[in-house]
Amino acid sequence: MGVEGIGASVVRKEDRRFITGRGRYVDDIKLQGMTYAQFVRSPHAHAKVKSIDSSEAMKMPGVVGVLTGQQIVDDKVGNLICGWAITSKDGTPMKMGAWPAMAPETVRFAGQAVAVVIAETKNQAKDAAEAVVVEYEELPAAADISAAIKPGAPQLHPEAPGNVIYDWAIGDEAAVKDAFSKAANVVSLDLTNNRLVPNAMEPRAAIAEYNEAEEHFTLYTTSQNPHVARLVLSAFYNIAPEHKLRVVAPDVGGGFGSKIYIYPEEMVALWASKKVRRPVKWTGDRSEAFLTDAHGRDHITKAEMAFDKDNRIIGLRVKTHANLGAYMSLFSSAVPTYLYATLLSGQYNIPAIYAEVVTVYTNTAPVDAYRGAGRPEASFLLERLMETAARQLKVDPAELRRKNFITTFPHQTPVIMAYDVGDFGGSLDAAMKAIDYAGFAARKAKAKSEGKLRGIGFSCYIEACGIAPSKAVGSLGAGVGLWESAEVRVNPVGTIEVLTGSHSHGQGHETTFAQLISERLGVPISQVQIVHGDTDKVQFGMGTYGSRSIAVGGTAIVKAMEKVEAKGKKIAAHLLEASEGDIVIENGEFKVTGTDKSIALPMVALAAYTAHNLPDGMEPGLKETAFYDPTNFTFPAGAYICELEVDSGTGKTSFVNFVAADDFGRLINPMIVEGQVHGGLAQGIGQALLEGAVYDSSGQLVTASFMDYTMPRADDLPSFKLNHTPTLCPGNPLGVKGCGEAGAIGASAAVINAITDAIGNNRLEMPATPDRVWHAIHG
Amino acid sequence: MYETTYHRPSSVDEAAALFAKGAEAKYLAGGHTLIPVMKQRLASPSDVIDLGRIKELVGIELSADALTIKAATTYFDILQSADAGKAIPAIVHLTSVLGDPQVRHRGTIGGSIANNDPAADYPAAVLALGATVKTNKRSIAADDFFQGLFTTALEDGEIITQVAFPIPAKAAYSKMRHPASRFALTGVFVVKTKSGDVRVAATGASQNGVMRVPAIEAALKANWSAAALDGVKISEDGLLTDIHGSSAYRANLIKVMAQRAVTEAG
Repeated sequence: MGVEGIGASVVRKEDRRFITGRGRYVDDIKLQGMTYAQFVRSPHAHAKVKSIDSSEAMKMPGVVGVLTGQQIVDDKVGNLICGWAITSKDGTPMKMGAWPAMAPETVRFAGQAVAVVIAETKNQAKDAAEAVVVEYEELPAAADISAAIKPGAPQLHPEAPGNVIYDWAIGDEAAVKDAFSKAANVVSLDLTNNRLVPNAMEPRAAIAEYNEAEEHFTLYTTSQNPHVARLVLSAFYNIAPEHKLRVVAPDVGGGFGSKIYIYPEEMVALWASKKVRRPVKWTGDRSEAFLTDAHGRDHITKAEMAFDKDNRIIGLRVKTHANLGAYMSLFSSAVPTYLYATLLSGQYNIPAIYAEVVTVYTNTAPVDAYRGAGRPEASFLLERLMETAARQLKVDPAELRRKNFITTFPHQTPVIMAYDVGDFGGSLDAAMKAIDYAGFAARKAKAKSEGKLRGIGFSCYIEACGIAPSKAVGSLGAGVGLWESAEVRVNPVGTIEVLTGSHSHGQGHETTFAQLISERLGVPISQVQIVHGDTDKVQFGMGTYGSRSIAVGGTAIVKAMEKVEAKGKKIAAHLLEASEGDIVIENGEFKVTGTDKSIALPMVALAAYTAHNLPDGMEPGLKETAFYDPTNFTFPAGAYICELEVDSGTGKTSFVNFVAADDFGRLINPMIVEGQVHGGLAQGIGQALLEGAVYDSSGQLVTASFMDYTMPRADDLPSFKLNHTPTLCPGNPLGVKGCGEAGAIGASAAVINAITDAIGNNRLEMPATPDRVWHAIHG
Repeated sequence: MYETTYHRPSSVDEAAALFAKGAEAKYLAGGHTLIPVMKQRLASPSDVIDLGRIKELVGIELSADALTIKAATTYFDILQSADAGKAIPAIVHLTSVLGDPQVRHRGTIGGSIANNDPAADYPAAVLALGATVKTNKRSIAADDFFQGLFTTALEDGEIITQVAFPIPAKAAYSKMRHPASRFALTGVFVVKTKSGDVRVAATGASQNGVMRVPAIEAALKANWSAAALDGVKISEDGLLTDIHGSSAYRANLIKVMAQRAVTEAG
């Protein structure tokens, strides 16, 4: 490890522009002749659009055009799709209803767009949008899962009778039935995984420009995956053929999954820019973000675990209803199936698992992947079950887990996932030591004597990221492959550009990826430029989500670098008149091992590009590409322990301590990793204690601003104590696993387990607000 | 935002005259209520009349019996005031748990009580201390001032000039913060006056805004201690129920916050 290589906590290169206000976000971009879009949105959760009268709006100052849902359908822009085909138990395909970018006939969630006003200024667009008169015929709304599936419920889509999208299952029903019939003890738990609004700091935005002369579109958009956007816009939404569509995702202020999808607003901006022959810009406000960004989670689950007389788990049975909202968003079908149920073995050796998942349409915003995407739901369920089991079976919660840990690897679970490596006991040991678990009983007693309720809670999580391999996900219904690409270009005078298909919207790739180069080629990171986010520059990539970028994107870079090294060594050997096998790279120099003969990388590069003296038959240039398709997921795992106190008069929770022991494999930049863990923990704790998107029975979003939706603040959170207990991933040359979502996956259960321990009542739903906790104590 | 005309009068009389002339004028103090509402296009005043820079409306005065805070004094100035800290530290504490630093640097006591948000903190202090609200037309006793959800005794165009707080023998404010807005989910201000009376005001709990709590006042008058409230039951009737707290929970908070305030008051 050099000062800028693997393992170094290098200060982030990108921060300079971010913290001095010089980031270039979509809203900062100004194009000549740019117009502004304001959407006309339905106030009703479920309604027929009877008429749209834009005559008054068209007369208002600055208005360039008013476009409607019917027009976008007439122009044959494709409906939004879900790109992962899931099949029900009975073999039928998932029932996908039509989702036009603006509703021509029926709106199905409050906030859905029916028209758009294009004007010279944003305020003129807003004024005119208020003057568009839409006549709605309100329909009864089904605003949650139970309202949507009960007999007589309003039907959202003709394709989905009973509002059921699919009824899917995984595992072995017969084996589980058998296990339960033999069980010495059965532990059951009903639980809700509460709905969340992502609330990235930067709201979504898009600017579309149509170049008439070339019939070419450019889209600037807040995307986590500009190439996927281009693919989908081209292949499914009929905007333009790929070679006539450039998508740029510049600086993007956070995504957390919410910016994976290609949204109606981007499609409309593109289509509108051709219709009005001017660039069209849309910047969402926070209300629009609450109403229309894809929400997360929203599961209702019944879970049961069967134990033998030695307290070993012999079976797990799960039935989940998942709310996908009014329309199926791009990844939505996979989140409660292949990203959720395949993690139900957790860290435990469970011989038989059977999980059923029913997904439901409701008159609410579409639901899709949000930090953790399915794994928080699985982990929360398992870890609440384990703690409940420990209490019911009267065993120590750490010992019950330890007894059931998987200890030999690789381990094939009954739910597709094959874990490659891990040391669950090691993480648990580290966490228990860090929090002084041995001393807890005394601390609890002391607190009690002072009239305080103190509790401790565990969460031993495992997750799967670097979603892969392409063949496997394809066989499970994914419409895309999940590899990553990298091109490493050594410039003639020795600086390096890395073109990556990953996208950085807070992850710090410009630094971490440069560290990979610095480690291998000895180039200072100031001389390494990471290029991402532009389909004109990077040929193709799958983008960033699912904690994939270091394992998949990073490995693609390593593989491209290996090719650069190999060619560089050939050139160096030729120039130094040595044999290729004797060349090593040390501190940016190609050296003949055991001698002082060397040539610096910049000189090798210059030789490659002047081509005056290259080995016979060698092409000039020093630039290599790699596409890397992983052979398995990676499996970050760890143990979180939370100690807290509950004020029985108010129900308010105060943290005493929160420790984490995470196994992320190798850490490239420990400081960035810690930042990721802190952020993930904040979101996991936020879900457990504070956040919750609530609709009323008519489908109105009650928590539509920060006045009602509680975002975690610094003073809501403890000072986290992080520990690292790595086992290197054997699946990639870096030994990395990824770390971006772990905190959000594992933290919630630790918090709820601790509160239920403190108050002596195991029935408590998230968010465990002071009101809910007080009622759980006092009735 | 819609078009509006912004005015900076330099006196209360000038401000009142501008108000009378405007088609649908609104006064602006700290702006933390009016500006967001205008940005959301829920209000479109023809004229915005800024009271914040009128010198006669800014300042804090202390006499033997009363702490007088002029209406456009910012919360930040109250926090910095040695007089306020000496005379009624409970008001300084209330101010310190109100909003956040940005709000505290702009918000004013006049704006808060003129608006009478049912979860605002200052109405609890004004009502519990039995303050007198002085306007450019008259003086209004606290018990007459607050008249329900966002409603006060103020007439159209009337401007609050100052609030005079009688100095108590004992006082304290205990607040359970609304987790999202950080307004009062329930906040209770308890006062023992110099003449031995007890006044208790709760904010955030009722659909009608700040309210006196006679059951707690009676118990504390008999016995000024947190324990005196153990047996008191607060009715849920008329209390708010929402996703952040049931009416039963708020009824409980009235009692618990009162107990903590009494303990704090000494």
